Amino acid sequence: MAAYILRRLIQAVLILIGVSFVTFVLLYLVPADPARQIAGRSATAETVANIRAQLGLDQPFYVQYWRYFTGMIQGDLGRSYLQKTEVAELIAARLPATLQLMGGAIVWELLLGLTTGIVAALKRGTWVDNTLMVASFIGVSAPQFVVGILLLYVFAVLLGWFPIGGYGTFAHLILPSFTLGILGAGWYSRMMRSSMLDVLRQDYIRTARAKGLDRVRIVLRHALPNAVLPVIAMIGIDVGLFMSGIVVVESVFGWPGIGQLAWQAIQRVDIPIIMGVTLVSAVAIVLGNLLADLIAPFIDPRIKLR
Amino acid sequence: MRPHPDAPEPPSADRPVLEVRGLRTQVATPTGPKVVVDGLDLTLAPGEVLCIAGESGSGKSMAALSIMGLLPRPMARIAAGSIRLNGRELTGLGEARMRAVRGAEISMIFQEPMTSLNPVLTIGRQVGEAIEAHRSVGRADLTRLTVAALEAVRIPEAARRLKQYPHELSGGMRQRVMIAMAMACGPKVLIADEPTTALDVTIQAQILELMRDLRRDHGTAVILITHDMGVVAEMADRVVIMNQGRLVEDGPVLDVFERPRAAYTRTLLAAVPRLGAYADIDGPVRSAGRSGAAPAPDPARRPRPVAEVRDLTVRFDLTGGLLQRVVRRVHAVEGVSFDLFPGETLALVGESGCGKSTTGKALMNLIPWTGAITIDGTATHGLGRRAMRPVRRHIQMVFQDPFASLDPRMTVGDLVAEPMRIHGLARGRELDDRVAELFRRVRLEPDVRDRYPHEFSGGQRQRICIARALGLSPRLIVADESVSALDVSVQAQVLDLMQELQAEMGLSYLFISHDMAVVEQVSHRVAVMYMGRIVEIGRRRDVFGDPRHPYTRKLLTAVPRPDPRDRRDHFRRLEGEIPSPVQALDYRPPPQRFDEVRPGHIVDLSGAPEQAGG
Repeated sequence: MAAYILRRLIQAVLILIGVSFVTFVLLYLVPADPARQIAGRSATAETVANIRAQLGLDQPFYVQYWRYFTGMIQGDLGRSYLQKTEVAELIAARLPATLQLMGGAIVWELLLGLTTGIVAALKRGTWVDNTLMVASFIGVSAPQFVVGILLLYVFAVLLGWFPIGGYGTFAHLILPSFTLGILGAGWYSRMMRSSMLDVLRQDYIRTARAKGLDRVRIVLRHALPNAVLPVIAMIGIDVGLFMSGIVVVESVFGWPGIGQLAWQAIQRVDIPIIMGVTLVSAVAIVLGNLLADLIAPFIDPRIKLR
Repeated sequence: MRPHPDAPEPPSADRPVLEVRGLRTQVATPTGPKVVVDGLDLTLAPGEVLCIAGESGSGKSMAALSIMGLLPRPMARIAAGSIRLNGRELTGLGEARMRAVRGAEISMIFQEPMTSLNPVLTIGRQVGEAIEAHRSVGRADLTRLTVAALEAVRIPEAARRLKQYPHELSGGMRQRVMIAMAMACGPKVLIADEPTTALDVTIQAQILELMRDLRRDHGTAVILITHDMGVVAEMADRVVIMNQGRLVEDGPVLDVFERPRAAYTRTLLAAVPRLGAYADIDGPVRSAGRSGAAPAPDPARRPRPVAEVRDLTVRFDLTGGLLQRVVRRVHAVEGVSFDLFPGETLALVGESGCGKSTTGKALMNLIPWTGAITIDGTATHGLGRRAMRPVRRHIQMVFQDPFASLDPRMTVGDLVAEPMRIHGLARGRELDDRVAELFRRVRLEPDVRDRYPHEFSGGQRQRICIARALGLSPRLIVADESVSALDVSVQAQVLDLMQELQAEMGLSYLFISHDMAVVEQVSHRVAVMYMGRIVEIGRRRDVFGDPRHPYTRKLLTAVPRPDPRDRRDHFRRLEGEIPSPVQALDYRPPPQRFDEVRPGHIVDLSGAPEQAGG
């Protein structure tokens, strides 16, 4: 187990180096000129060239990347071009808010996704099943900015149950986390339904019935642990999906997380911040997957981590 | 005065414990309801073993599921009839009432012990909840009862097994756990649906003996559902033969075997291969009884073998640790050597994990191996995909599962044509003609070429697989359990076809099988494999008539004979599991010492592992 985790972490470091390289190349090839952005429209060519030299942007690609790489492995993600602050500090300040949002979203996903999936499987072919599957389809396909604005209008503006935006209390968390989670919930619901239907066909479910067990016990104890496995693996991948979701959701709800930070940085070609956020996302995806893989053997003893 | 109809009547010695009258079970299909059990009458006396025998589709499993109230819902339902357990009517009983009956008064075990236990729950939990479902017991009592239930089915170290998961147990042990679960509440009736079909013969003998003991010790009546007439003869007091949902014959076991009344029973019994039936005949015998099986090639003339295998070794690495280094190895095949001559059938027999299928795959060059294999004069070691292609023309394979080995999206005509197309042997009209000819060869109408695999029965599909293999005019066919999934009557037809093709085309077969009776019928020579090695090889008549290796003897005694008079009153103790071929890295297999008992009959003397002693 320890050897497994260690090996996975070493793999993670290699992945992160790869991600940093690819992102750096992409940003290098982007036609936008950060020096021009900083200097402003009216600046002379000389000023722009000066800024470029200051930032080291006149250096050849491999020199720039090497400088970034050596900084990165020491935990130095560089300075924001515009805010003149350490990128690591900027991210660290906003990370808790984003993690809170993601945590809330995962709770919604599991709560809604798993229960509707199980119920739909047990009521297969009935109106309950059909209704839930239509709902999950809407969940999967509705754009998050539409869902977010709709929820804000109904529950915050019209009904006044929740604050309109911002961050701080538990009430602030409900709507944005729901908006972020609804997409995943739709996916989980569909996955859980088909996984559950598959498990309910298995021989060991027939065995459980032959023993004279009641339905609740068969579903919760015999079917659920087997059916939930593919969903667990999905959570790891999900963390990656969240990263694109938070950019939208944080903007709609004015949530002060790294999604907003990324959005501002993209508009202003603030390359160090874009790099930093990309790396943090990559770390989150890698850790999410590792976590999902570590949970699996506790549910299915046949899975051995080697 | 009549007691309340719901109350179980007191059992008595002569009253049947289970009575089924006019049972009719229907399954909904897209084309309307299909009757799968049609007017079945059964009577089961206390302590009796009733065997329900029949081929696939006979409705025997559906009958059992009807009795248990476990029919797959909502597709299947009981349309008519009565099922009385101890005088109490079960049809129409609500689900909650039926739940109290299941597991407590009537239990069931299934064919696949591998899939019938929940993989994520411990053995202790699964057995324990069968008890909890019907009795309220404290935690300590529950553990005690669970251990007792496991001990009753002779599971060694029962207390330690409670914490184990199904995948940590062998197939035989899992079936014991299933039986422990079924018997935990002392039911009056145990229904066993093909309980030993998925198990090796020596393990099958252990499970059958266990079921007999349980019947004797607890007086449980048993309904044993099987397709294997050997198991029927070995176990039954009375036999019911079913065909296409109907009961065709019902009687005491001796009567059914010796004076079958129904024509169907006679055909069924005639198709059953009987071990020892050909003890005084050399070489293969056509099941249809016709002469014309290929004569054994004359060893004196020594033609060049089609396949020469020398010191074949296949090991699979198991990795672990931080750097994924090899930590242990599976010694799947260890130093196997044999020759296969033109027109000859060499059978590879042995139990699961003995390396027989791996040997077949190595011959096809489908896995990495060491040693030397020569196919029709070409050494195949290290040949790449391209270099192997001309060799593959000479060696083809037919697999066990005719359902899985045909691509469902291709027409059978395309499937048969594909190898010829790949090898560029024919195209256009010529290819068409060849495909038609191949269909005729395997006795299928060429007009069926445009249909898809799902429109054919298992036997027909296996013929299509054979036609596909024949397309390249191979000299050798590796038949890996090719008839094991088929019903006996269909099996006989396919075996017949294989022998006919051998006589006509001089084909050689490497016939991989666990079924000793089939092997006896089809092979010229037999090689017995145990733990990755050949422990005995020789002419079929010599190996079966005068087995010298203890493992060969054990295998032969474990096969149930389809003759109720030849019943072993109690099986010779065949304890022990099939050992694992997983070994430490520094494991060096002990050298084999061979003795040639008679020309061509070679036996390993190097001391069989103690488990094989019998």
